[in-house]
Amino acid sequence: MRGGEAIIESLKNMGVDTIFGYPGGQTIPFYDMLYDADINHILVRHEQCAAHAADGYARASGKVGVCLATSGPGATNLVTGIGTAFMDSSPIVAITGQVPTHLIGNDAFQEADIIGITMPIVKHSYQPKDPDLIPSIVKTSFEIARTGRPGPVLIDVPKEVQEGELTKFDDSLIQTPGYNPTTKGNIRQIKKARDLIKEAKRPLILAGAGVIISNACYELKKLAYTINAPVMTSLLGKGAIDETDDLALGMLGMHGRKVSNDSINESDLLIAIGIRFSDRTTGRLDSFVPDTKVIHIDIDPAEIGKNVDVDLPIVGDARNVLSSLNKLLNDYKASDDVNKWSDMIKQRKQDLLPRVTYDDVPLKPQTVIKEISEVLTPESILTTDVGQNQMWAAHFYDTQKPRKFISSGGLGTMGFGFPSAIGAKIACPDDTVVSINGDGGFLMVCQELATVREYDIPVIAVVLENRTLGMVYQWQSLLYNERHSQTLLGNSPDFVKLAESFGVNAVRITKPGETREALKSAIKDNEPILLDVVVNPDELLPMLPPGAGINEMIGEYKLEKDVI
Amino acid sequence: MALEYHVISTLVEDKPGVLQKVAGLFTRRGFNIDSITVGESEVEGLSRMVISVHADKKGLEQVTKQLNKLVDVIKIKDITNNAVKRELCLIKVNIPNEKARAEIMQYTNIFRAKIVDVSEETLMIELTGDMEKINAFVSLLKGYGIKKISRTGLTAMARGV
Repeated sequence: MRGGEAIIESLKNMGVDTIFGYPGGQTIPFYDMLYDADINHILVRHEQCAAHAADGYARASGKVGVCLATSGPGATNLVTGIGTAFMDSSPIVAITGQVPTHLIGNDAFQEADIIGITMPIVKHSYQPKDPDLIPSIVKTSFEIARTGRPGPVLIDVPKEVQEGELTKFDDSLIQTPGYNPTTKGNIRQIKKARDLIKEAKRPLILAGAGVIISNACYELKKLAYTINAPVMTSLLGKGAIDETDDLALGMLGMHGRKVSNDSINESDLLIAIGIRFSDRTTGRLDSFVPDTKVIHIDIDPAEIGKNVDVDLPIVGDARNVLSSLNKLLNDYKASDDVNKWSDMIKQRKQDLLPRVTYDDVPLKPQTVIKEISEVLTPESILTTDVGQNQMWAAHFYDTQKPRKFISSGGLGTMGFGFPSAIGAKIACPDDTVVSINGDGGFLMVCQELATVREYDIPVIAVVLENRTLGMVYQWQSLLYNERHSQTLLGNSPDFVKLAESFGVNAVRITKPGETREALKSAIKDNEPILLDVVVNPDELLPMLPPGAGINEMIGEYKLEKDVI
Repeated sequence: MALEYHVISTLVEDKPGVLQKVAGLFTRRGFNIDSITVGESEVEGLSRMVISVHADKKGLEQVTKQLNKLVDVIKIKDITNNAVKRELCLIKVNIPNEKARAEIMQYTNIFRAKIVDVSEETLMIELTGDMEKINAFVSLLKGYGIKKISRTGLTAMARGV
């Protein structure tokens, strides 16, 4: 067995069915061995999309996603995707080719120090110098990628190592004495959490992606119902609780739901779970929960106290900690104060429901998202790009189940939406997968139309076409005297013709109701399709201006109850 | 932000790239590492790295936690306040005249330093001690004309058990 074959064998042992990649000079040996292997390889049209697809695969399935690129430019093209996965704690294993060992450091053709380049954005990395090490390295990489706080692991394989013969296939885990994630919460701390909960009169829960990653959604719901506490989420926490539930308030933060932003500072106890308190979630820190006790549960000790001062830290896996906490709360009965608070917030949620019903042409994005919501089921997966399209989707789409809302949160990577949908569809072929994109971000990755056509991946790509780089355009409108510097896309392509040139069907949508119908027939056809939805560029979200406190939203917030 | 002096001792795996990762976490926060020394530890395959740095409290706490997350890092301890700290320094100093030679040799004795190389116009002196001692010795020799200084940076070990 040769090194490349050992990689394939090890991947199969790890349960990998699909890898996303793009060949090049230093991976020719590997691809030659792949030719005979029974593992599915999706040839993307740009390496960055291989990483995003692996990421989307991982987020949709909870399994480790795998992407592959050659040395030098292939590897550096992965970097944005690796960074995206790192910021959002997504488990991927990225495999890169490297120039032969004797040439490393010589500025050889297509040589890049990808280990050095990715050092700050990987959980760990390996460069096997001996084919015998490959089985152990692959296995250990998967272990590191998916355990603790998940993240990307890079394996950089020199060309001659891919070709070299193994003397034995030993896949025992590499000893990593420095890697011991704390999964079990300290019981004394959890008891203190119970006591704080019992004293609280106005509790709120804030759930992040950690709840979804640790499969703690059932435990979260149980806690929320036991203590009758409303639940807000971060962007990536969408789906941790069914957003149509009375207790679910929706997203908090710079573009959050008004009910969440308005209510958080009124709470006397905030139970934050699997969340890192990003600046986009908290707004200005000194006016974020100034008078609220904070319990912070997270598997990563480095997140605790990093941004928000915490009264009670609990390091551990969300599911583990919450199930212990729920047991301790068996005899809990919500007091009248708590019930009164909870009812008041639930009513406020109804009063502040954002308005989504509009007949306007050009279309308002809210209407488009609403029509999409009406057609999709709780099992459907929605991926988003980054920018206004993402915030409209996050704000107006109710996610009902975990792993069904996929978005680049931390790094905010434009071009993530479409390729991540490809990965999600491969991971969950039975679920409808829709990606919401802006015209700016979609143009960064539109070459993947070739991929969805080639492999018949029935992803539904929605392009909200406003011919602007909407999010920056919005900031310029609100905060920079409408000086729209370099945010007008002007002569955009005809997206329908663009898709058709790849052999992908496309529909242009301009009126209310058309999105609903187009989506229904797209789901029925089960073919890749692009919906080019022309929307009003001057539809602005309400938002927190930079530097503002969490309850200082600006912009007009239209309410559903005011619809005449 | 008040920057304080800290000495951090870490036990790390003896693997390529570890130094770079550790240093990277400090530079990312804008902390300038005063010195960093690495060498074999009492356990085979593990190295001890001693870092001296000026950092603010909260930032250093975050760096320490991030260091702990590195797979290659096994243990970290802030030993600023209770440690034996030593540095080795080699100094090449000019000898303008015979009187100077005698004086320098006297200072060398007082500081328990050693002359390790001699030429007609220069002396090379080896000195071990904490930072203050080395700084004091260096400033004494400045008047004669120092040609070169090479310092190892601080190594340190916590006192007691």
